[in-house]
This record gives sequence, structure tokens and C-alpha cells, in this order.
Amino acid sequence: MNAGRLWRWLAYTVCGLVAIYLIAPMLIVVIISFSSSALLTFPPPGFSWRWYQNLVTTPAWRESFTVSLEVMTLTALLATTLGTMAAVGLAGRRTRWLAGLRTLLMAPLVVPQIVSAAGIFLLLDACGWVGTIRALVTAHTVLAIPYVVATVGAALETTDPGLVPAALTLGATPSVAFRRITLPLIRPGILSGLLFAAVLSFDELIVSLFLSTPRTRTVTVQMWSNVFGDIDPAITAIASLILLVSMLLLGAYSLIGRRRGAGSVVMPL
Amino acid sequence: MTDAPVLTLRGIGKDYGRTVAVDAVDLELRRGEFVSFLGPSGSGKTTTLMMIAGLQTPSRGEMLLQGRDLGPVPPYRRNIGVVFQNYALFPHLSVAANVAFPLQMRRVGRTEMARRVGETLALVGLPDHGARLPAQLSGGQQQRVALARALVYQPPLLLMDEPLGALDKKLREQLQLEISRLHRELGITVLYVTHDQEEALVMSDRIAVFNDGRIEQIGRPQELYEHPASRFVAGFVGESSFIVGRVTSAAANRVAIETAHGMLCGHPATSLAPGDAAVLAVRPERVGISEEAAGGDRNVVHARLVEVIYLGQSRKFMAALPNGEIITGLLPIALAADDLAPGQTVDLTWRASECTILPDH
Repeated sequence: MNAGRLWRWLAYTVCGLVAIYLIAPMLIVVIISFSSSALLTFPPPGFSWRWYQNLVTTPAWRESFTVSLEVMTLTALLATTLGTMAAVGLAGRRTRWLAGLRTLLMAPLVVPQIVSAAGIFLLLDACGWVGTIRALVTAHTVLAIPYVVATVGAALETTDPGLVPAALTLGATPSVAFRRITLPLIRPGILSGLLFAAVLSFDELIVSLFLSTPRTRTVTVQMWSNVFGDIDPAITAIASLILLVSMLLLGAYSLIGRRRGAGSVVMPL
Repeated sequence: MTDAPVLTLRGIGKDYGRTVAVDAVDLELRRGEFVSFLGPSGSGKTTTLMMIAGLQTPSRGEMLLQGRDLGPVPPYRRNIGVVFQNYALFPHLSVAANVAFPLQMRRVGRTEMARRVGETLALVGLPDHGARLPAQLSGGQQQRVALARALVYQPPLLLMDEPLGALDKKLREQLQLEISRLHRELGITVLYVTHDQEEALVMSDRIAVFNDGRIEQIGRPQELYEHPASRFVAGFVGESSFIVGRVTSAAANRVAIETAHGMLCGHPATSLAPGDAAVLAVRPERVGISEEAAGGDRNVVHARLVEVIYLGQSRKFMAALPNGEIITGLLPIALAADDLAPGQTVDLTWRASECTILPDH
């Protein structure tokens, strides 16, 4: 065996170990979720669907899962609409005032989440919104807007700024030019922004912790409180479901990428 | 009504903050005319074009299209065709859909639309390219599509903003002739922006030379070339050599100026009075090298050759006058002058009637 092959084998081994290290925790969670035991033991003694049945029959899981899906859908729609409007409004203009506005919109990315969470809680508590869907949607939307602004902004930067003026000279009103020209060209950016917003909302814990009540809580908050109570494999079942949702969203994202060509799908930041 | 101007500009100007991009432009465009805006970058020609298109708002002045005030009309109601330098084709739409776009905006019926799109694509030489995407075409083809898109709704006025600027020389010359052909066949009125004086000379009925946000001179190509009204035009349209001096005597068609190289005469571009600062402008092809002292109608200056360049069909030379002024000349190759070499002193000569005396500011 020559030195080149030795190095290659070493590289494969290291890569394999890193992959196992990254995937193993998720894999263990998924495996335990099909356990027949009432305890978190690995390897599980047998196979069963009981923890998934448990999720369906336990109102707390069912309701929190529904809350999360509802908040995710509303957040994705709202953040995408607002973020797209902001990105379009900011595009191609280079005044100091607008640069400041852009920085402000991107702030949730750098402000520690716990600080955002405390601030949002104090504000929404004053409005009496804590424990409502609209509080969760409002908060998640604020956190998700920077992702949409980034993906749509990147898509706008790759489109020719001369197209809209050209459409105007051809007889298109500004709104028709936006619908017929700008919108189709930035659609991949809008879709990735939408998916990122959805994933962010569905996975979010810290801000949700502040805004949830025992009656209205997201599935992540329900998991968090479950960890401190009687922990059983039900939590691995819900974790597997969350993983599934995230993977479906990611799969949708890469599908857009394949259809549009690798270059046009935009990662935020 | 055929003599009514298609477009009238009266004192059109544009300021960006404190900088004046376009000072005051006056222009009347007759039906079927091809007029070029020629000038260096930053001279205000593109800004003027964009104000006519409605994509820039004038700071002052008045614009009329077929007698109608354009001031309150938004770009999408002006019905003016515009061809941009970078084509500005819609990349997500096929060639045919690009050309159909302005017809859709005008709610033209489906069969009528298909017929006109097909006709116009055939007109620009791309009858079989309708299904392609713009990215699948070459630069020259894309510009033809852009032209078809601006022609398909038969606008009364076509604006072209350096449409051939991104193409190589050979393709540019070919498209120049094609645009000229379309202009003749369709009888359209065209405003064409370029910084290429050769392009302007080839295509235009009239050329408006822009400098510092104003039209310095407007006229037929030959008029501009042979009778430039200012030093700028003499230098920008074609090539000129300059000798500065001061007017000593002025008649209607003959002015004499005192220069560092003696008394020189020429044809006045504008009325000049004795004592005025003036500059003599002479074209390279008018300058000859003479052995014998010429008299009468001819100007003669003594100069030293600094450069002789072989150009194939001609020989170009540059000669320095004692005060450093440079005279450029062009000798047909048939005038065997193989012995010309830098360092030689020569007498340069040209007819007084073939050079222009311009006011010098």
C-alpha cells in the first residue's frame, strides 16, 4: 500500500467518524422513539409504536404540536411578506438612512436571543398578549424577518436593475412590472426565505418559553417542561417528528434548488 | 401636419443636487429623422434621453411629443420605444414573450399578437428564435430582440442608448447598417445616443454634439465635419490640429490671425472681430508637406517631424511647431513619401479656405 492510498483511507476514516459523531445523537433519538420500554434505555428492548400513539392520545402533545404548526404557518407567511417588501424597498438604494434601517432589520441575528426574548416578553406582556398565538407569531416574525431580507436581498442583487425601467417604457405600470418581472425573478429567494422562516419558528424555544402559558405553548416548550417531569420515550417520539418536519422543509428547499439551478438558491448570510 | 415636429425639447435641464447634469437642451425632431446625440461620457446625452423616456424627471424645461406635453405623462403611458445598452431583456421570458410583452400591456388580441411578434422577429432577422431564452442568444442577437421589442408596437419615436456599445467592432458595423436599413424601411423617427463619432457620422441625418450638459452644435454630418462651430466640435467630430492666435483682420469669409508662426488665414466659423482670441483648426487630410515656398491662398508653417506612422492606405505624421503645438497630417500612400523620418524639418501647408478659424475661450 503506497502513501497516497494510506492518506486517502485516513481521510475516509476521519470523515466517517465525523459523520457518525454528527448523526449519532439524532439516530439514537429516532431509535429510542420506537422503543417498547417505558424507560430511556439504549439499545431498546423491543419495537413498538406506543410512544407515537401516546403523542396522539396525550392532549398536551397534540395541542402543543398544533400550536407550533399554526404559529409556523402564520410566521412563515407574515415574515415572508414583510421581509420581501423590506428587501424590495431597500434594494438598489444606498443612502445612509436606509443602510441604518437595513442594519436594524438584521439586528435580531446578532442580539442574544435571551435578550430579545426578555424584551419581547416585557413589551407583549404590557399589551396583555402573553399566552396567545398572535404573541408567538409576532415574536417569531421579528426573528425570521432578517432571514427573508437576506435571501430576497441576495436574489434581488443578481437581477438586472434595468429590467423594471425597461418594462415601464414598454407600457407596464409599476405594479404590473413588479408582478410580471421582479416577482418571478426573485421567487427562489422568496421561497428559501419562507422555508427558513418556517424552520426557525418551528424550532424556536427561548422566546417561546417566555410567551407560553400552560394553556398555549409550542411543542418545543412542551418538551422543555417534560424534561423536568417524568421523562419517558414520548419525548424522543416528538423529537423525531420535529426532525421529520425540518427534514421535509429542507428537502423542499433543495428541490427548489434543483429546479432552479444550483446558483439561484440563496442561503441567508 | 407632416411638418409638425415629432419631438420638441425646450430648455430641458436636470440637476443632481448642486451638479448640473443637463443645462438647457433645445431640439426639434422631424418625422422620420435619425438624430444622434454625440458626446463624451458625462456630457448629458443619456440623461436627456432618459428624461424623454420618462425614466428621469427634468428639473426644468418642456417636452412635447407630437404636440402633447410629456411633463405629466408617466413612462408607461408615453408610448416611446427604448433600446438600452445592456439590452434589458427579461431573462425568464422567451424571445417571443419578450417581444409580445408590450403588446400584452396594450391588450392586443392573441392572433394579432402572434402575427406581429412573428413579423417583427423576421424584420430583425431572427424569425426562428422565438422559443429560445435570451441567455441562449449571442450579444448581437439579444440586441436585435431588444430592437424588435421596442419596434413591435410601432412607437412614434425610438430612443436608443448606446445600443451597440457592448459589441465588438465588426458586429457593430454590421448592426449600424441594419439599423439604418430599418430606419429607412419603416420611416421611424430615431434618437440615438453614442460616444462613437464614426457611428454617428455613418447613421445620422443630423448630429447633436453634447458638451457639458448642452448641445454645442447640431447639424448634418458633413456640416459638422467641415464647419465645426467650436473648438470642442472640431476636436470631437473627426480629428483636428489647433494653432492659437489673435484676430488681426476679419472679413465675411476670410479671417487672418497673428500666431507664433506668423500670419495665418482661414474661414471663420462665427463672426470674429480684430483683437479676439481665436484658434485655427485644420483636418489632417488637408495638411500637406511642401518643398517649395507656397504663396497666395496657402498657409505655411515650419515644423519638425516627431512621428511617422504607416497605416496601409495612408501615412500619418505628427509635426511639432517651435512653441510645442502639434500638427497632425495624413498623406495618401500614393504620394510616395518613403523618406519621411522623425527629426526632419518640413514646411507644412494647407489652403486657407480648407481650415476654420474658431473663437477661443
